[in-house]
Amino acid sequence: MAQQHYDAIVVGSGISGGWAAKELTEKGLKVLLLERGRNIEHIKDYVNANKAPWEFAHRGERTQQMIKDYPVLKRDYPLNETNLDYWVNEKESPYTEIKRFDWFRGYHMGGRSLMWGRQSYRWSDFDFEANAKDGIAVDWPVRYKEIEPWYDYVEKFAGISGNRDGLPQLPDGQFLPPMEMTIVEKDVAARLKAYYKGQRSMIMGRTANLTAPHEGRTNCQYRNKCWLGCPFGAYFSTQSATLPAAMKTGNLTVRPWSIVTRVLYDKDKKRATGVEVLDAETNKTYEFTSKIVFLNASTLNSTWILMNSATDIWPGGLGSSSNELGHNLMDHHLGVGASGYVEGYEDKYTYGRRANGVYIPRYRNLFGDKRDYLRGFGYQGGGSREGWKRAVPELMLGAAFKEALTEPGSWTMGMGGFGEILPDHSNMVSLDKNTKDKWGLNVLAIDCELKSNELAMRKDMKQDAIEMLEAAGVKNVQGWDGDGTPGRGIHEMGTARMGADPKTSVVNKNNQVWDAPNVFVTDGAFMTSAACVNPSLSYMAFTARAADFAVNELKKQNL
Amino acid sequence: MNRREALSAAAVIFGGTIIGANSFLSGCKTPAAKTGLFADEDVAYMDEISDTIIPDTPGSPGAKAAKVGAFMKTIVTDCYSPEDQQVFVKGLQTLNEAADKAYKKKFAELTAEQKTTVLTAEGKAAQDYDAKRAKDAPSHYFSMLRQLTVWGYFSSEVGATKALRYLPIPGKFDGSFPYKKGDKAWALS
Repeated sequence: MAQQHYDAIVVGSGISGGWAAKELTEKGLKVLLLERGRNIEHIKDYVNANKAPWEFAHRGERTQQMIKDYPVLKRDYPLNETNLDYWVNEKESPYTEIKRFDWFRGYHMGGRSLMWGRQSYRWSDFDFEANAKDGIAVDWPVRYKEIEPWYDYVEKFAGISGNRDGLPQLPDGQFLPPMEMTIVEKDVAARLKAYYKGQRSMIMGRTANLTAPHEGRTNCQYRNKCWLGCPFGAYFSTQSATLPAAMKTGNLTVRPWSIVTRVLYDKDKKRATGVEVLDAETNKTYEFTSKIVFLNASTLNSTWILMNSATDIWPGGLGSSSNELGHNLMDHHLGVGASGYVEGYEDKYTYGRRANGVYIPRYRNLFGDKRDYLRGFGYQGGGSREGWKRAVPELMLGAAFKEALTEPGSWTMGMGGFGEILPDHSNMVSLDKNTKDKWGLNVLAIDCELKSNELAMRKDMKQDAIEMLEAAGVKNVQGWDGDGTPGRGIHEMGTARMGADPKTSVVNKNNQVWDAPNVFVTDGAFMTSAACVNPSLSYMAFTARAADFAVNELKKQNL
Repeated sequence: MNRREALSAAAVIFGGTIIGANSFLSGCKTPAAKTGLFADEDVAYMDEISDTIIPDTPGSPGAKAAKVGAFMKTIVTDCYSPEDQQVFVKGLQTLNEAADKAYKKKFAELTAEQKTTVLTAEGKAAQDYDAKRAKDAPSHYFSMLRQLTVWGYFSSEVGATKALRYLPIPGKFDGSFPYKKGDKAWALS
């Protein structure tokens, strides 16, 4: 590399890292964006995005070889033939499960911004105040009013479609027009509203898919192939949105194949001086220096970097002086819900494939409701008409069987819960010094499980789903309580939590590491609690806010 | 199946339609033998079976035209667990034995009507088997054949474009689109 010094180094190119790079470069800083994996170029490298089903050797299905090669990914839907290259090579990058934790990772340019579910919801003060009111963990040092303008800011750029529903627990935002409910969803929503007298709502999902051209990007074409990478740039990803904005400034340098092994720390100045990089292709080590460092390596990997940094001063790593680094790991627990059949509507169908569903915001332990557990859950779901994958038990084979499957089947309606996981000190990660990855680096050991609060909540998550569907007239409703293993939500949060006191938290209200104020952690690691809504929009907002703060502090020469 | 589909749990309603999708989640199996499960004549044989399950009709070609026999060979060889492979391969023998018992011929040599008779009897045996089937027991070979045929046919170019409506880039979404009996279903979900 010609240049070794930058104003800022951003570690990781996923949703939050892309935002950090965009904000810092647009404010005039020379930024080095480090990505541990390969480059994926927008559109050009979405090699499967335009393939027809028959162009995949196994029509998308997983093979026995894939099952052997991906012992973690095989545990759920992500292991498949169509976007296999977007998931981490598990042989090269293992981790240790003290208890089972399904960690689904993407080590490449854009990270999981390429494969994310795109559901985008704001937190409310019910969430920011929850720890304080319940007397658990530590209080968030921020409230909604402080974050609200940053939600506005990131939504305007990212392009979030949604309806303004006026719900206090799920604040409205700067929305593009909402997607449309199916006729069955509309009727179910109306029946639920009447039945629960407005105490529960079924709304259109708010998603980072464009419903109108936006910021030079094309609107959604309703293909429902988002996770292959969108050739229209119609959903928010690093490649479609933040990376081109950062590149346009002329201030960005991107370096793929760059595994950051530690933050360099000057103990006299109590500041980071840069990062050490292991080149994943050549195994050579480099040092890059900078005035500030943003850690956006993904929740657990940002914590891994901190654990490997400044160990001559703190054996547990940079940020470990609170004894909270690595602790309070959270996710959303899911795998619980219900579904059934909807009679009628035979003269209606859908046109287009909407990569979005309906959403039932949290209602438990709100507005006077009181349960035997804390917090709550939301549901994602949908009502659609069955296609050829349905069972036709009444016909076995032959022309009639074929003809039946060439027409659509019944309408179905289903929903699956997303439950909040409480921060718990004993849910944690640590370094496993006996296990190395391909590059000889210690791997993480994960020790995390659902506790009694989550297990109690899951009973409601199932029973409420059944009750609501039946109340809405859905027939043959079946509930399920499947696999709630942590990690499967793919919403890892915590392990470097934000707080008001350096004795009990890793970062302060501006995402600065207490022990190194020019190091900012703005991916999911900083989350003090988890709420029950999808977290990525909040990472965006906090990242933009922290970048603004960092640049102001640099100007004041405080960093 | 993407995340949204996984969450709205269509899979629970439709569960097991695509065979293997469930067993895939149950554990790590040794990789399949890459060669040797099927001979060339087996592909032709599987074409005949699939074409009995999904035949030519006035509106669209059948499973043979969609090369479902070759599809079965690929999927069973690469995606099936060794246990399911055994059931499947043995089932092909069982079906020929049933044809021989009824008509003193191999299945492929039967008339269309005879094929339907023999395969329907095996289908009924599969229904009986399913009624008493233990949770972890493998599927009946007929269920495998039927499911592979449906999957292989409707995800093929022939099935998707001739028997269904194939629309790669809809460009818009309508959640209340008019439908009348006889209109084809969409090929993609």
